[in-house]
Amino acid sequence: MTELIFFTNQVIISGLVLGCIYALGAIGITLIFGILRFAHFAHSELMTGGAFIAFLLASAFAAWGIVTPIPTGFVVLPIAMVLAAIMALGIDKGFYAPLRKRGAKPVTLLIASIGVTLMIQGLIRLFFGAGSYSFFEHEPKEVFRFDMAGIGSTRPLVITEPQVLMILVTLVSVLALHFFLTRSRLGKAMRAMADNADLAQVSGINTALVVRVTWIIAGALGCMAGTMLALDVTLKPDLAFNIILPIFAAAIVGGLGQAYGAIAGGMLIGFAETLAVFNWTMLLRPLNAILPDWMQLPPTLALVPTEYKLTVAFVILVVTLLVRPTGIFKGASS
Amino acid sequence: MIQRSLTLFGGLFCLILLMGWVMGMPFTSSRLVEAAAYALIALGLNIQWGYGGLFNFGIMGFLMVGGAAVTFISYPVNPVFWGSEGPMMLGKALLAFAAGALLVYAARKSDRIGITGKWKMALTVLAWFVAYVFYRSQLDPAAAYIESAAGGGWIGGLGGHPVLGWLFGGVLAAGIAYVVGKICLGLRTDYLAIATIGISEIIRALIKNMDWLTRGTLTVSPIPWPTPLPQEFQAGGMNIANSLLGARASYLLLALVVLGVVLWLISRAYAGPWGRMMRSIRDNHVAASSMGKNVTARQLEIFVFGSVLMGIGGAMLVSFVQIFDPSSYQPINHTFLIWVMVIVGGAGNNWGALFGAVLMWLIWVVSEPLSKTVFEFVSSWSTQFGWGAIPEIEARSAQMRVFVLGLVITIALRFAPKGLIPEVVKRET
Repeated sequence: MTELIFFTNQVIISGLVLGCIYALGAIGITLIFGILRFAHFAHSELMTGGAFIAFLLASAFAAWGIVTPIPTGFVVLPIAMVLAAIMALGIDKGFYAPLRKRGAKPVTLLIASIGVTLMIQGLIRLFFGAGSYSFFEHEPKEVFRFDMAGIGSTRPLVITEPQVLMILVTLVSVLALHFFLTRSRLGKAMRAMADNADLAQVSGINTALVVRVTWIIAGALGCMAGTMLALDVTLKPDLAFNIILPIFAAAIVGGLGQAYGAIAGGMLIGFAETLAVFNWTMLLRPLNAILPDWMQLPPTLALVPTEYKLTVAFVILVVTLLVRPTGIFKGASS
Repeated sequence: MIQRSLTLFGGLFCLILLMGWVMGMPFTSSRLVEAAAYALIALGLNIQWGYGGLFNFGIMGFLMVGGAAVTFISYPVNPVFWGSEGPMMLGKALLAFAAGALLVYAARKSDRIGITGKWKMALTVLAWFVAYVFYRSQLDPAAAYIESAAGGGWIGGLGGHPVLGWLFGGVLAAGIAYVVGKICLGLRTDYLAIATIGISEIIRALIKNMDWLTRGTLTVSPIPWPTPLPQEFQAGGMNIANSLLGARASYLLLALVVLGVVLWLISRAYAGPWGRMMRSIRDNHVAASSMGKNVTARQLEIFVFGSVLMGIGGAMLVSFVQIFDPSSYQPINHTFLIWVMVIVGGAGNNWGALFGAVLMWLIWVVSEPLSKTVFEFVSSWSTQFGWGAIPEIEARSAQMRVFVLGLVITIALRFAPKGLIPEVVKRET
């Protein structure tokens, strides 16, 4: 049983956490692609910027002496999400809207989004330096250890408090997004516009409003993903810049423009990364007792070495683009 | 148009003179050599994006390939490796690779013997897996052996002339570009961008972690120069400042010769029927293919040509700084910077790309000391007012480069989307 618990700790929990973060980031990218038809690279900076907003708020709370039962990062998350949504709207107004008005091609918007990435990245580094910060400087990071001796395991099941909350928060926001997209008028308008923008406009949908709502959702979810990533590891200026490609991979694997596809893609990439670097000998060790001497398992039996973890996402991305460019959920085709 | 280009190039020349006067000739001369290498890379991107409309965001990968190639060719031979079991084991790994490739190829052709549909796909996946495991089973021990003391640490170089290394960098980049192009060129523009970024990250991960081949994060230095080093000038009795200038000037001369030849060749290609065909594919590939042009093959061709220039440019940069450090490659410095060069200069116009490359490289290197000066000024001013000084000025001004780069590209897209020296479209009336 020890092996199974180890597998749960190493693969299921960390895969789920990684998958949640990828999924939340990918939803924003896929919605922007569906509505505005361009690959928004600056999404990583919405995530990092959101995380820094949450960090500033959390520090302010700590300075005011407000003590919360759950990690402060989660308490300030709603406020940070509102601020990040305003930031996203501002970025659109300042940089993308003028280009759209000129009728620029999606490619130009893509390059503009890289410019925005560089600017925000530069600003964040200007104000916060290149070091890393932790949300848990003023409060302990609680770690739950469940004793699994009852089912014959010598190892406990380990999960941290932020991880539990993270999974719950993701679940709630994904459900909320689902009801918004399927039940509300605005959500239906969004889906209509993603399907066919011209048709949506002639049937009286307020496309400007839909664009604004898209940025609000993307900014808020990006802030959520960034903050949760920062709560799980540490906060640094290139926090999300390093994982923007796996997030793009998740959005493409799920089918660009498909919100549910983004969730599936995020989970798929998250689990693929953790499974690929998992040392299978740890799980299969009991087999050594049965196997003959010449077939004993080697001490490390991982599919790829740990340093290639991020590469797994790119390989999945390239294979998807080759075999099924529309993604799992039949998004925009190539 | 000519007048505008001349004015801009004249301004650039004055800027270089000003920089030489303020920051010193040794600093400026090495920046100019780097600018020449970047100009070559920007011309490569200009071929791909300006002529052919291809969205290559994997420039960093090609620069790394070029750098690794020149390291391999020009670094002195490592006798410990060649005297050990290493070459034999690597040979076995190569055989395993070939066998694996054969297996995958056979699985992909299994429809010839009646295996089709899902069975063929399952067989292909299985073949990939078996080939991968087999190759890893041969390569891993070889890599571990070579990295140990008995294997010599890494395979070392071949001790060839650096210019041969540049050429090899171009050839290697061409080979990789061919594979990448075969995989990605059917994709729409933004998919192509993401796919090429992904591939360049894969290349970076490989070069960074294959310690037996490239020494990875341990870095390789000193890589020899194609022209005499400053030390050789000093041995001839020159003082240090003059020897630095002399050595860099001769390197710059060599780089300019390469740049001039490339510029001449690609300008001729642009003006000829081949260039016209490429522009027609860029502007309307449907119309071009209905005229009987093989769009995919032509795009693959131009992708390979552009990547050759990137490989050579990357090799020139590594030769010049004399150190190959895989961890110093960043998408911002080696992919996005080149894009900004081409877009600010003018995509589709070679002189524009050249101008943009030199201008952006100078802005990139100057913005750090410049912002440091500004910060120090503001800091002393705010100290006088009692608001305290700006902390960590050094680290902060280093980060300003990225901000300036982003600012320049957003301003350029807004106010000069065609670049400072735009492409001239000639129309027969």
